[in-house]
Amino acid sequence: MTNHWVDIKNADLILIMGGNAAEAHPCGFKWVTEAKAHRNAKLIVVDPRFTRSAAVADYYAPIRAGSDIAFLGGLINYLLSNDKIHHEYVKNYTDFSFLVKDEYKFENGIYSGYDAEKRKYDKSTWGYQIGKDGFVVTDPTLKNPRCVYQLMKAHYSRYTPEMVSDICGTPKDAFLKICEMIAETSKADKTMTIMYALGWTQHSQGSQMIRTGAMVQLLLGNIGVAGGGMNALRGHSNIQGLTDLGLLSNLLPGYMTLPGDAEQDYKTYIERRAFKPLRPGQMSYWQNYGKFFVSNMKAWYGDAATKENNWCYDWLPKLDKGYDILQVFENMNNGQVNGYVCQGFNPLASAPCKVKISGSLAKLKYLVIIDPLTTETSEFWQNHGEYNDVDPSKIQTEVFRLPSTCFAEEDGSLVSSSRVLQWHWKATEPPAEAKADPEIIAGIFFKLKEMYKKDSGAFPDPILNLNWKHRQPNAPSPEELAKEFSGKALKDVIDPKDKTKVLVKAGEQLNGFAELRDDGSTSCGCWIFAGSWSEKGNLMARRDNSDPFGLGQTLNWAYAWPANRRILYNRASCDLTGKPYDPKRKVIAWDAAASKWTGSDIPDIKADSPPEEGINPFIMNPEGVARFFAIDKMAEGPFPEHYEPMESPIANNPMHPDNPLARYNPAARVFKGDWETFGKADKFPYVATTYRLTEHFHFWTKHSKVNAIMQPEQFVEIGEDLAKQKGIKAGDHVRVRSNRGFIIAAAVVTKRLKTLTVSGKPVHTVGIPIHWGFMGLAKNGYITNTLTPFVGDANTQTPEFKAFLVDVEKV
Amino acid sequence: MQVTRRQFFKVCAGGLGASSMAMLGFSPNDALAEAREFKLTRTTETRNTCPYCSVGCGVLIYSLGDKAKNVHGKVTHIEGDPDHPVNRGTLCPKGAGLLDFVHSPNRLKYPEYRAAGSKEWTRISWDDAFTRIAKLMKEDRDKNFIAKNKDGATVNRWVSTGFLAASASSNESGYLTHKVVRSLGMLAFDNQARV
Repeated sequence: MTNHWVDIKNADLILIMGGNAAEAHPCGFKWVTEAKAHRNAKLIVVDPRFTRSAAVADYYAPIRAGSDIAFLGGLINYLLSNDKIHHEYVKNYTDFSFLVKDEYKFENGIYSGYDAEKRKYDKSTWGYQIGKDGFVVTDPTLKNPRCVYQLMKAHYSRYTPEMVSDICGTPKDAFLKICEMIAETSKADKTMTIMYALGWTQHSQGSQMIRTGAMVQLLLGNIGVAGGGMNALRGHSNIQGLTDLGLLSNLLPGYMTLPGDAEQDYKTYIERRAFKPLRPGQMSYWQNYGKFFVSNMKAWYGDAATKENNWCYDWLPKLDKGYDILQVFENMNNGQVNGYVCQGFNPLASAPCKVKISGSLAKLKYLVIIDPLTTETSEFWQNHGEYNDVDPSKIQTEVFRLPSTCFAEEDGSLVSSSRVLQWHWKATEPPAEAKADPEIIAGIFFKLKEMYKKDSGAFPDPILNLNWKHRQPNAPSPEELAKEFSGKALKDVIDPKDKTKVLVKAGEQLNGFAELRDDGSTSCGCWIFAGSWSEKGNLMARRDNSDPFGLGQTLNWAYAWPANRRILYNRASCDLTGKPYDPKRKVIAWDAAASKWTGSDIPDIKADSPPEEGINPFIMNPEGVARFFAIDKMAEGPFPEHYEPMESPIANNPMHPDNPLARYNPAARVFKGDWETFGKADKFPYVATTYRLTEHFHFWTKHSKVNAIMQPEQFVEIGEDLAKQKGIKAGDHVRVRSNRGFIIAAAVVTKRLKTLTVSGKPVHTVGIPIHWGFMGLAKNGYITNTLTPFVGDANTQTPEFKAFLVDVEKV
Repeated sequence: MQVTRRQFFKVCAGGLGASSMAMLGFSPNDALAEAREFKLTRTTETRNTCPYCSVGCGVLIYSLGDKAKNVHGKVTHIEGDPDHPVNRGTLCPKGAGLLDFVHSPNRLKYPEYRAAGSKEWTRISWDDAFTRIAKLMKEDRDKNFIAKNKDGATVNRWVSTGFLAASASSNESGYLTHKVVRSLGMLAFDNQARV
């Protein structure tokens, strides 16, 4: 979230699209109710289903699953053509006036630089015109046809209300009504917040859906303000934290990135990430990349990381490509993976196309499961009848299952969607022999280290030199680990402005990332978490819930990253002179008398830099402003464009009916054998979408008795029209088939799924909750991901669970 | 409302004699009353966070046992934390069932092993599990570690074993996992943020 849960109460308008907070995040949704009750805020819900969020909305519109970019593109067109934008905001705080290279083109659904065979773009034309001074050329009059404003206006002019309705199946009047309501928040004293979740990420073009939402918010001046923002409602209790800590194929902690094969030179690696400002006087905070990186390597490799060996740069693995979960299962399926460790992850249930996942796991030599519960993955080799019909004698994988603790049995911190790191305390001992995860990881690591010490082996250096200063080496304590990622001074840290002043003494915990150095004198395992455990103690454990400004910031409750800031980009809540656009919702303001920024939040700007210095609010971008034109950052183009899901119920992309290359996301990665696994509308005519129920959490709560009682049996939801057509009554059992397999479940026939008219024909939606499997206390059921396609978003490779094709029949 | 004979006599000791009370028609069973002790009075309260979605609701865990070294505490009740600024004491149907997650009969209790081609689990010791896993990992790593790519560039990667981390585990577990995984040169590494 750019903002936070409680801040939703400050909104005038709430758009829930690509999510269903009332059911998936119920206690956070309470702040929507609060805004409605106390601010007279309005709630809009756009969703393929009439969800429980929709049930309390002021306005609901249906949409075909997978067509959100068309809807939002139409909204952008409405805002631009009706001049409902926050002029001062977009002119000063975005790239509106930036000139784009003349070679950049967009023709018939495809951007310049496309290689159809590789399904990849050469992005060299997707950039700015750079002047002789090294800065981007701008046209403040916004008249130049190559400025971002003009290019964007032309791009989205094609998204007419008629086109939106044709693609999305949303009635035109409903679409226009929503446009009108949203356009109201272009006023400086009105804000809208957008709440989204996996309904936007799980598409072959999910990242661009989110981007289009963010563009809407920028046009309206709704980023950086109280009651505004782009608010990702994350799916797990610490999915934010594990992403922040970089536990993804290509990341290092704090959104630093691993080098690629070509980056052999350490200096070049740093320079390419320490972006120089692209406009005069901008902060471009990533210029400090070297400080974050060196401090990270000191935390990992201690004394072994020296200036001479480039802080062990060569010890980091280099990427020849991404190794996301889909790529890894593809490799496994091809016999290139021998071992796999699943720590609290149940891929048989949560990865797409079960038959491929199951077959791939059976090719492993060894599988290690670390989990508090009996997961389906841990028993992928076991015959569970119709739900997992395999022959164990033919599966040669050795499997280890190691019991770990649950939340009640450990100390530690989790990062909520609000970016707040909250400490929790152990209440009881784990059952029988179960151990906490750090102890299990340490247990395996120490055996490995012992073996490498004794017998050596392939490149033992990083294993033998891994920094490990724990009181009990076989059981590192959460306190020690938290202090390590928060960071400490290894030598005295000197004030750069006054060399006689020591900011932090050697051995002390740091106060924040501003104290990090690139000379090896500081150690910090995750720069954005720096200061969470300072000399003042464990700030994540703070419990003062006072709210002196009434905006719900609670700065003394736990600790938010970065720097305990609760609303990101909050400098953008003020005009150029530092006055809040809306004094009633003041986040920060320039206090000329005190010569600093003050307010209800930690300023997201150099605290003592007066507005005249002109540092713009988007300090992580080298431009200093937010980008509508994504330059080369996205796989499929600088402006989001609507493409059909990989499995689409209609014959072509109505935006580009004559160009088959522009039917699906042109940059989506599809593995060779997977093209054949995609279904076509003639055999699989209905759009399917998967989701959660309020009574269950993924595949865990079916192990909890009370939840298993509340929702005991697998079901699917079918609209009344389709049910009638197929002779299905409520409670009948139906078989839902995709081109990859089938599930059998009870049918819930409902008015909440309407037949939509798309491209002139009726389209039915089938709703499929995800929570069942063959382990647990609920009635056994089929794994929903039996049905889903093995393809992901072109940027993140997040699987397309939210829009695919099925057929339905009565059993 | 019950009171034991002993409590009854204790109560009476400072006032009337027990026998005279009895003569007046009072008897322990139907005469004296005491409110049943509040169930949480003797429990220990521990502040924690709901492990399900990302709202991060504060919860209070109540357990029996005083956390002494050889006392295995038993969690008896979990409810929302009223001081928490986000959930203000509320929990959803998922969080309200947390007690049954902690006590699920499907909690894993012992390290187990399934041999190639076998139909069943067998129990093994932790030390045995760690040793055998480390051996398998080392064997694979030593055989398939790529120090240099075909162009001779230093790449130091190991991609024939992968690792999926848990996005419900704490930052501290996650941090340690990342540190160890990268020290081995692993790239086939993700958490649930990917799906």
